[in-house]
Amino acid sequence: MKTIEELHKIGEEKRKELELRVNTNLDIREKHILVCHGTGCTSSKSPEILNNFNKIIKKKKLTNVRAIMTGCFGICSKGPIVIIRPENTFYSMVTPDDCEEIIEKDIIKGERVERLLCKDVTGKMVERLNDLDFYKKQKRIALKNCGVINPEDIDEYLAFDGYKALEKVLKEMSQDDVIKEVTDSGLRGRGGAGFPTGKKWSFVKIEEAKQKYVVCNADEGDPGAFMDRSILEGDPHCVIESMIIAGYAVGANKGYIYVRAEYPIAVHRLEVAIKQAKSYGLLGKKIMGTDFNFDLEIRLGAGAFVCGEETALLESIEGKRGQPRLKPPYPAHSGLWGCPTLINNVETYANITRIILNGAKWYSSIGTETSKGTKVFALGGDVNNVGLVEVPMGTTLREIVFDIGGGIPNGRKFKAAQTGGPSGGCIPEEHLDTPIDYESLSNIDSMMGSGGLIVMDDSKCMVNIAKFYLEFTVSESCGKCTPCRIGTKRMLELLQKICEGKAKEEDLTNLKNLALGIKKASVCGLGQTAPNPVLSTMKYFEDEYKEHIIDKKCRAKECKELTQIVIDKEKCKGCDLCKKACPVSAISGEPGKVHEIDQSKCIKCRTCLQKCPFKAIG
Amino acid sequence: MEEKKMIHLVIDDVNVEVEEGTTILSAARKANIDIPTLCFLKDINENGDCRMCVVEVEGRRGLATSCIQKVEEGMVVHTHSKDVVEARKMVLDLTVSNHHRDCLTCIRSGNCELQALAIKYNVQNVKYDGKKTKNVVDDKSPSIVRDFKKCILCRRCVSTCKKVQEIGAIDCTGRGFDSCISTAGDISLNDSNCVFCGQCIESCPTGALHEKDDTEKLWEKLYDKDIIKIAQTAPAVRAGLGEEFGEELGYNSEGKMVTALKRLGFDKVFDTNTGADFTIMEEANEFIDRVQGNKTLPMITSCCPAWVRFAEKNFPDELSHLSSCKSPHQMFGAILKSYYAKKLNVDPSKIFVVSIMPCIAKKYEITRPEMEEDGLRDVDCVITTRELARMIKQKDLDFNSLEESNFDDDIKFSGTTLIKVKDGEIDETYENADEIEEELQELLEEAKENTK
Amino acid sequence: MENCMDKKVRKETKEILSKFKKSKDYLIMILEEVQSKFGYIPQVSQMEISEYLDIPVAEIYGVVTFYSRFTTKPKGKYNVSVCLGTACFVKGSKAILERAKQKLGLEEGETSKDGKFSLDSTRCVGACGLAPVFTINNEVYGKATVKKLDEVIDEYMKKD
Repeated sequence: MKTIEELHKIGEEKRKELELRVNTNLDIREKHILVCHGTGCTSSKSPEILNNFNKIIKKKKLTNVRAIMTGCFGICSKGPIVIIRPENTFYSMVTPDDCEEIIEKDIIKGERVERLLCKDVTGKMVERLNDLDFYKKQKRIALKNCGVINPEDIDEYLAFDGYKALEKVLKEMSQDDVIKEVTDSGLRGRGGAGFPTGKKWSFVKIEEAKQKYVVCNADEGDPGAFMDRSILEGDPHCVIESMIIAGYAVGANKGYIYVRAEYPIAVHRLEVAIKQAKSYGLLGKKIMGTDFNFDLEIRLGAGAFVCGEETALLESIEGKRGQPRLKPPYPAHSGLWGCPTLINNVETYANITRIILNGAKWYSSIGTETSKGTKVFALGGDVNNVGLVEVPMGTTLREIVFDIGGGIPNGRKFKAAQTGGPSGGCIPEEHLDTPIDYESLSNIDSMMGSGGLIVMDDSKCMVNIAKFYLEFTVSESCGKCTPCRIGTKRMLELLQKICEGKAKEEDLTNLKNLALGIKKASVCGLGQTAPNPVLSTMKYFEDEYKEHIIDKKCRAKECKELTQIVIDKEKCKGCDLCKKACPVSAISGEPGKVHEIDQSKCIKCRTCLQKCPFKAIG
Repeated sequence: MEEKKMIHLVIDDVNVEVEEGTTILSAARKANIDIPTLCFLKDINENGDCRMCVVEVEGRRGLATSCIQKVEEGMVVHTHSKDVVEARKMVLDLTVSNHHRDCLTCIRSGNCELQALAIKYNVQNVKYDGKKTKNVVDDKSPSIVRDFKKCILCRRCVSTCKKVQEIGAIDCTGRGFDSCISTAGDISLNDSNCVFCGQCIESCPTGALHEKDDTEKLWEKLYDKDIIKIAQTAPAVRAGLGEEFGEELGYNSEGKMVTALKRLGFDKVFDTNTGADFTIMEEANEFIDRVQGNKTLPMITSCCPAWVRFAEKNFPDELSHLSSCKSPHQMFGAILKSYYAKKLNVDPSKIFVVSIMPCIAKKYEITRPEMEEDGLRDVDCVITTRELARMIKQKDLDFNSLEESNFDDDIKFSGTTLIKVKDGEIDETYENADEIEEELQELLEEAKENTK
Repeated sequence: MENCMDKKVRKETKEILSKFKKSKDYLIMILEEVQSKFGYIPQVSQMEISEYLDIPVAEIYGVVTFYSRFTTKPKGKYNVSVCLGTACFVKGSKAILERAKQKLGLEEGETSKDGKFSLDSTRCVGACGLAPVFTINNEVYGKATVKKLDEVIDEYMKKD
């Protein structure tokens, strides 16, 4: 248990220690080596790197340097990432063996380890993290502490105004004041649908009930999205603090964080954070000396995308199959065990503390007319800088893909950007200049979704992409209602027919009618949006569908049945590289002579295409 | 009592007034407007899964689920708008696409809710064809056949099993297109904790669940001239059979039923009521024995095989409470093959006993190991009322105009001959009911004395 | 008669159960622990849980088969799992999966007869920056190619 004064003291003292993390121009001898411990970097051995740093520091008895784990820096494609503070020197793709050199050269001698410095898209060496174009158009609100603090140390969180918002709320604000602040900020749900957050809170508050609940939806199941995971891994306390604030505002004293078990690191950090918050008296009874009590428990999702749907999530917390409930009644009226329940997503919560501290006015000054604040995107696919980006609402897709993302690799051309995951759509080149907000994206047949943003280059077949999303939906449909259970399967079968060149033109009409029908008749959001990837590709890339059906052709050569990979006799120099690379020994030919692919053996893995230095294979 | 608030709404241009909390579906039905349903089973299965009952509510996005959603003041509902009918057609097209469409040979043909809706909504061709969920038939149990190919996943059986019967033998398993109604570990119902009560069959809208058909086996025997075919009918059968031939509910067709059974080829037709008399007496004896001997009490009946199986599966440590007596038709079967065979002076193996029962658990009961004596089954075959009706129809008997006959009275209770059975064997024979009552009274008095 | 294995599973399941209150909402948490303890959810455990929480075992089986993390059969000693998240898919993970099927002679969700390998596909392990990705047990292999997969699996084939 800590008093407010004690918390202040811890925060202030820690802040002095950590000033070098945020202030590049400090002239001190002290150095911090920050090692990214997000999932991406962790899976490429960042814990070993941290361990090595610590061993070397100990061995060399260095006193002016500390190595610390942090959350995600965002630019995952360059991982594992090591940052040296206060200079903000940015080392990318570090291996455990590089630690010795970094300590020797950078820490002890004050020189840069040039070979580890990051290169930008043009090949230019970038010395400091903030010099990277990747960061220039970003604005970090939800991700503010990610990559700055050690997520497993509550004191570091306190050093950067941690739990100050809660203090303000408990000391100075009434329940209605808090809700008004959130309402005025214009914050909308970041889980995808964009319902005004303040309104949702007020719905729960007005319910009269003995028991109410606050739930955090951390079941980020959108394939290719990892915003929420990164927030939980990098700044778990900010979500916990916001949930306590929400509990106070709506009159709930119990909260659940529903997080995917596939996110072991996030789960671990949440567990650590909850334990620390409890020991400091920030969770439990009489929080900060007031009469307000609040408790928090973690519940694990066991691998079902549909549990991201709020009512399915509630069913899952109750220990059942994650099958959605019919709405109305909405969870605000009848949620967990029939009690009024507030459900918000991780990123939504991550904005709350900043809104309370900086004010609704500040927050609503960012963004567009209808969508305020920032949005975090997980940028992936055929783009140079893969990673996590946070931009003000209203930023255009072009800025994200080309300025932040660094454009399309391998000299290829942009074809489409997919937002909203399996519920969203594919946005073609012509709409690249759309300023992103909830309305503009749905106007172009996509949706904000939770924030996955996948870029596709011109080597991608859009029918195949639609098929991919339908495969996802079919395997993730809960099976409750007929349209989604059987309908999505039939849509997938029609798409398979098209990709195999077996479809007739009327199949396209059937596909469209079925898609529209499923949208209308399904029970939950998953079914109602499942046809979107098909409808949007049919709208923007209709010619590709027709090509598959009429000409029996796949221009991207992705649909195996309509494609043969062949070697151009004119261009082949017989270098033998393709033959060596082929995993199924389908290529034959004497060195120096024209090679040939045995079509009966070829699995169309396209390895040879990438290997051929003469572009003779296609 | 507080009066309920009344809600006013418009359904298909009709003004409707109903109590607050009423669903759109029941409000519509109250106004004589029908909305089709498939998965809906009032108070038992109300989950809005099938999407047949969708309606349009003005000013609301998407379609509303009328079987669940409650009426609201000023609501304007359209039950048959273009969108609604298209959605229902799509639901039917999809359901049919995943259904084993062998209607011609299906036991529920003509009495199938899916078939009726498909006809109503003019589903004339199979619009979407593709993979089907599961191609399995579980016919291992003696009572119930589960045909996965015809299941439409309405979950009415699951709710009935779990909520009404509180057994929970089946549930929805798997996910998405592969979801199916199954037992724990996908084992046969026969090996599960199913008690064969048959209520799931009652709730099934299609032919996915039906009783095991034993009529073919029975026809074989009925044509066999070398054996004596004896039928015994449970009390309920005479009250239910008429319904199958257009008679009023509850019409007592005892006389016609006996004639029909004889015409089918049975040599003797008895009333299982006689068996019940034996059972009652035997139970009374057992009860007295338990009281006198300070044995396990209370004593609980063992006449219902579903109940016995339930107790065995769920309370294996409490089985001593169950009476050791056989159920009426089993006891009667045993008597027919012992006492009666002797009386007729025939080889008991030449007697074929058929019980006509209202419950499919009886089909399971006759297979239980203890239900035989010297290698002879007490009862050889059980058919249900419905199976009997089908046999009568197959024989082209005009049931309604059959003359009436009486049960055979070679063994009969109430006034003529009574027998006292002890430990499965006939102990004493009484001439009339008064004698029995006397004996029972005596025994009870004795019991009271002993317990004092 | 109950065999030794069942007895052991029953005992260990009971140990797990003793950590939880008898409340239905702990079912998934309990199943998570059972899954990680045994690598799958044995029938015996389901029956124990059924008794402890007073839920029909068919309902528990319904929950087990709903969530993709739960399995009712043991996985292989080495579980090869190819990520089919969008980022990996766009980078060609389907070809990796196809090759893994061919190489191991297994379909998705299958385990080899000797229990050494099993094959799965997953949805996003969160290492999108390394796409395409496959994992073997807890080891993540990023920027994968068909060739790399072959090499890695060959390594594992040599192991016990």
